[in-house]
Parts: sequence; C-alpha cells; structure tokens
Amino acid sequence: MTYEALPRDFSGLLKPRADRPLILLRPLAILRRLAMRFGALAAFLALWQTASTLGWVSPAILPGIDKVAAALWTGLFEGTLAGDMAISLQRAGLAFLAAVGLGIPLGLLMGQLEPIERALDPILQLFRQTSALALYPIFILLFGLGEMSKVFVIFWATVFPILLATIGGVKEVDPKLVEMARSYGANQLTVFRRVILPASIPAIFVGLRLAATTALLLLIAAEMIGARSGLGFQVMNAEYNFQIPLMFAAIVLLALLGLAANALLLGLQRRLCRWNERIV
Amino acid sequence: MTTLPVPLRGEVALRGLHKSFALEGRSIPILTNFDLTIRGGESLAIVGASGAGKTTLLRILAGLETADTGDILIDGEPAGGLGSACAVIFQEPRLLPWLTVLRNVAFGLEARGTAPATARERAGRYLRLVGLAGFEEAYPRQLSGGMAQRVGIARALTTQPEILLLDEPFGALDAMTKLAMQEELVRIWREENVTMVTVTHDLEEAVFLADRVLVLSRNRTQAPRLIDVSLPRPRERTSSAFVALRQELMAEFGLH
Repeated sequence: MTYEALPRDFSGLLKPRADRPLILLRPLAILRRLAMRFGALAAFLALWQTASTLGWVSPAILPGIDKVAAALWTGLFEGTLAGDMAISLQRAGLAFLAAVGLGIPLGLLMGQLEPIERALDPILQLFRQTSALALYPIFILLFGLGEMSKVFVIFWATVFPILLATIGGVKEVDPKLVEMARSYGANQLTVFRRVILPASIPAIFVGLRLAATTALLLLIAAEMIGARSGLGFQVMNAEYNFQIPLMFAAIVLLALLGLAANALLLGLQRRLCRWNERIV
Repeated sequence: MTTLPVPLRGEVALRGLHKSFALEGRSIPILTNFDLTIRGGESLAIVGASGAGKTTLLRILAGLETADTGDILIDGEPAGGLGSACAVIFQEPRLLPWLTVLRNVAFGLEARGTAPATARERAGRYLRLVGLAGFEEAYPRQLSGGMAQRVGIARALTTQPEILLLDEPFGALDAMTKLAMQEELVRIWREENVTMVTVTHDLEEAVFLADRVLVLSRNRTQAPRLIDVSLPRPRERTSSAFVALRQELMAEFGLH
C-alpha cells in the first residue's frame, strides 16, 4: 500500500495557534505583545490627559480623563446615565432584533429565488438609498414622538445591511457544493439546511456587524433630535448645560456600547464558524 | 491476487441515448444514438478529447443531467438515472469546509436520511479504509489535496453504492500523489466489489484502472470504441503489455 507522506504527529496540525496558553510565553514577550496591541491607545489617552492638564486645550472644553471618569462614576451611580443607557440599549436592541428577524429570512428567500429578488430589488434599492434620517420626520408623523418612531428609524437603517449581506451570502454559495449534496439525493430542505445556510453565515455576520454600527449611529441621531432620555439625548443635554465631563462620559459609554456589540457578534461568529480560521 | 472480483450486482445498459446542448441558438449534439453496457463489478474508463461528451455521459448516469431521449436500464428495468445506486466523485473533493472530516464523510448518508449516529459510525469505518484514521476531527482546510480527495472517496463509499462514478478524480493532484491514489483506488475497488466508471483524459490512468476503456470521439459519426484491457493485476506500468496498450490508445487519438 502506498500512502503519500502523512505527518506523524497530528496534534500540531489540528491545534489552532490561538489555543496555546499565554502563560507559556516569557513575561518580556507578554509585555511586548501588550505594547504592540495597546501602545497606540495608551499614547492617545496620555496625549489627551496631557493636553488637558497642561492647558494645550482649555480644560473646560477638554476635561482630563480623571474628570471624565469621575463624571462617569457619579452619572452611573447617582445620576441618570444608567437609566439612559438602558433606554438606549432597548431602542437599538429592539430595532436590531426586528431587522434581524426580517432581514435574514427575507434575504435567505431572495438569495435563492431569482424571480422574487428581481421583483423586490428596485423598491429595496430605492428604500435603501433614502436616508433613514431624512425619513425620520415621516416616521414621527406616522408613529408619534414616542418610542415607536425611534425604534423604527433605527430598524429602517439596519435592515438593509443585513438583508443585502444575506442575499449576497446565499448567492455566493459554491454551486459545486450544492450539486454534490444533490448527487447524494439531498432534497431542497436538506440542501438549504446543510449547505446554503452554513455557507452563508460568514457573509451574514458581516452584515450583522455593519448593522450594529449603523444601529448605534442612528440611535444617537434619533435621540439627539427627538428624545428626552437616552445616551444621545444626554450628550446634547449635557452640552447645553455645559456639563462637559458628563457629555464626555456619555460619549465614552456610547463608544463602549459599540465595542461591546462588536465583541458580542464577533464571539458569536467565532462560535458558529470555528471551521473558519480567518475571522477579523 | 490476480482473479477479478466476482460481479455481485447487475448491469447497467444505456440504449439510444441522445443529448444536445443549446449554444447561441444552435443545438450542439453531444451524444447521438449512444449505446453502452456497463457490466456489474467491472472497472470502465471513459477517455476522449474534450468536448467528446465524457463528462456529460457521467452526469447523465449520475442523474445530474437528463438525456433528451433514450433509456437507462438497470438489470433490464428502465430507470431515470442511477439514483442512490451510484455515488459521484468529482475532480475537486467538494468537502463542506464547516464540517469535520468525519462529518463530511457521513454527509452523503445523512443527506439520504440516515440517522447521524449510524452514518458517523459507518463513516469512521470508511475513513480507515482510505487511510485517514486519526483525522476524524480535522477540518478540510487542514488537509492536503490528496487527503481531501480521499475524504471525498470515503464519503462516496460510505453510501455503499453499486456504481462509483469518477469524473477526472485525480486531475487536480500532483503526479506522485496521483500514482499513489490510483493504486489506492484499485485496492478499494477490489475490496468493496463495486462497479467503477472513471472519466479521465489520462490514458495511462485509463489502462491502469480499467477492465475496458471506452474511447469517445469528437466526430460523432464514428462509433465509440471499446478496448479490452486484459492485463493481470497488480499492473506494472512499465511492462511491455501495458506500454503496448497505452500506445494502442494513443493511436486512437492519432498520437504516437
């Protein structure tokens, strides 16, 4: 029997690099890795603090990091920031879930059925190119100034990246894999469940992550325009009242929210796509 | 062992097959009034210039395409295609990148509705048969081309087909791997007692694998030729009889 050369030790082949424990690295190497990863961020924070303390920029406009941290602390535990964050999360979260609930199933359908895609494409392109913020006044007229109009404007902006990414993902599925499944007698449902859906997941996640960013963007805009609560409202309100550290605290919370959303989606994607080495 | 395996299962007959493709409004005939009988248990190779219809013939057998007219008979009974009696091995391994090797091998059975536990148990057996025990939990991206193709072969065998249809199965592999895989395939064919139809453009491969070689010509007025390869196995690629047969095949294409 002739085999091509197979590696003797399979463990090295099968174990992804990321699984190697950090502890095995020497302390110096860890330090270097941290510096490479977070050096630029630390430099930025240092520059901010220096600019404020030395008065390069008026501390009234750019408060130091210590002042912002203090405002964040009091805002969260004594002020309204925690409540603002909760209501903002609720608005963006509801809209995002609704966009996922509509965008992914519709995208899966449109990606597979050419006639449906052709019939819906013109109107979707028109809707997509119409800025959600331009439509916000209409949504306010339709749904009033309450929660509904805010959730809807975010939904409007987030559904399109999800929908288009899903359609694209389904259409990009390798037809050779579909043919392979058919050659084994797989029916339509099996082909969808076992080939088309898993093959589309990476593309769907690209859409989800784009949509999460868009959701936060629209959340802030909507809250700045017509809200009496939420982080976006707090940014505006704090500026009016010249509570600049509080304003920065709200901005920091928004940034952290964005980072958290992205990390959450990335973690989910890594779990679902463990087979795919290259997820960035 | 030099005796041929006893054909366990029946024969497949193609009668009066016609197939043409539409190209820019014109109808291009690929197969016209085509007859062929595939004997149970044999290894048949199909060679021919590109455009001669070898792959089309294989795809019709697999049921991936339908003939315009003509019949496919299994043991004399008309059938649309071979259906679950056959399994196809493509030029590319066509593995699902999100499944482990073991689950890829089990996929063929699962696609037919076999319970996953049963399918995986049988998949493990065929993975050992193709020499990939220990790679159950690997992912396709971690495999070399030859290893991936072995997984594809194991997936086909796991469904225990009566006929294996191979479409230039080693065309994408390097020369050394290709030779090893051909020997491997002959061993599996003999152990599994399966009928094998291989489309190839490699004449040496055809002589090495086949009991009979079908030569398709692009000139459709010329009837396809069947050449018997009555060489004992295991076959020596350098034996004079082997070389003579290869030369006879080359002459079919006007090559020397």
